[in-house]
Amino acid sequence: MPLFIFLHGSLSYFYPASHYIFMQQDALILELQKGNERAFERIYHLYSESTYGIIFTIIRDEKVAEEVLQDVFLKIWDKAPSYNSDKGRFFTWILNIARNASIDKIRSKDFKNDQQNLKTDNFVDILEAKTNFSEAVDSIGLKKYIDALKPVCKKLIDYLFFKGYTQKETSEELDIPLGTVKTRNRVCIDKLRAMVIK
Amino acid sequence: MDIQKYISSGILELYVYGALSEKESSEVSHVLKEYPEVKAEVEEIEKALLTLSAATAPNNAEHLISSIKEKLSKSPTGTAPVATPVRSINWITYSGWAASLLLLIGLFVFFNRTSELREELQAANARNVQMEEQIANAREDAEKAEELLAVIRDRNVQRIPLKGQQVAPEAFASVYWNTQENTAYIDAKELPEPPRGKVYQVWSLTMQPLTPTSLGLLANFEADDNKVFSLENPNQSEAFGITLEPEGGSETPTMDQLYVLGTVAAP
Repeated sequence: MPLFIFLHGSLSYFYPASHYIFMQQDALILELQKGNERAFERIYHLYSESTYGIIFTIIRDEKVAEEVLQDVFLKIWDKAPSYNSDKGRFFTWILNIARNASIDKIRSKDFKNDQQNLKTDNFVDILEAKTNFSEAVDSIGLKKYIDALKPVCKKLIDYLFFKGYTQKETSEELDIPLGTVKTRNRVCIDKLRAMVIK
Repeated sequence: MDIQKYISSGILELYVYGALSEKESSEVSHVLKEYPEVKAEVEEIEKALLTLSAATAPNNAEHLISSIKEKLSKSPTGTAPVATPVRSINWITYSGWAASLLLLIGLFVFFNRTSELREELQAANARNVQMEEQIANAREDAEKAEELLAVIRDRNVQRIPLKGQQVAPEAFASVYWNTQENTAYIDAKELPEPPRGKVYQVWSLTMQPLTPTSLGLLANFEADDNKVFSLENPNQSEAFGITLEPEGGSETPTMDQLYVLGTVAAP
């Protein structure tokens, strides 16, 4: 059985990334938890860009964000055995590590941020300012769509996804009823999906 | 549970965000494992969010992997957790080797044991053959003894003791003569072993005039266990004598080599 998993893991290394995300994820995570460096490389390949995006959205400094990204993946490597799929998604687990590390960083003394307008900026500003998109993202389409998103959707996604706010914090921040956060966000994500997944 | 209602409630988006409480999150994880359509929905939400957040990265971060990997082995905080997974990889790898090694050892032991058993079996078979031979011999001996006993008990049998003569005063022999069947059984147990190149010859004697008639040789004297020899004797013997003769026997007895002699008692 262990030999089988080992072979299984090695073989799946050659599968394309998309195959990995949805088909082989359980096996890949298992390998990562065992300390398989190849599995770690695959995980990095799958999640680093998104993680980098999350970190950069909070920190807004490319160099510092790179440092934090490295720290986050070192943490992912170290803490992988503590991940439990019964508690939540692996992506969510990474998301929490990335957000916490980023927030810790901007609160630390050695982080001097000249931009004091963080509160008002969100991911949309980054997307609009961006010129070099990676091939993985249909940048033009995404940008157009983001532009078309209702302001409330932009804010819901920014708070709940990028900044990791709770429903209560989000409802207070946006001044909308707590009971509607969940359903309104659902509508926003549906629109995002319609664009991202053809 | 109404799965469609559950999906459209928006709880799955919050689940992926990590915006649910630990308890709510565990519940969704449970539902997700039970309903494939819920899992598919979560995966699609995840994919959309992965794409969106990847788009906000200032550049591709692939190049950082090498420096991260360097730190994986060096990082002091990572030492302990890193060591454990590495050990487990080794275990996985070695377990394969260990299994093959065990298999090899097992096969070796197995073959060794098999050849040992084969040898033991052969030895046992050899012992069996020996035993069978011994049993056959014993049976043969018993049959011979019975035959001898029958010979002696026969009412037509006459026993003639032959006493040691000058050459061998200690020697002794008996003739059991069945006059009905004209057979003489020579019991030569008490005769000394004949020297090399010599052989005992049995003679039937009739007196007046003294006429010796050869009955035959005690062939294979050394090899014969019970030293009982059966010879044909159609003569009207009055006495029996045994002489030591050169190999092959003689026409006439060599009288100075007469070992034993005995006369037949008158009926």
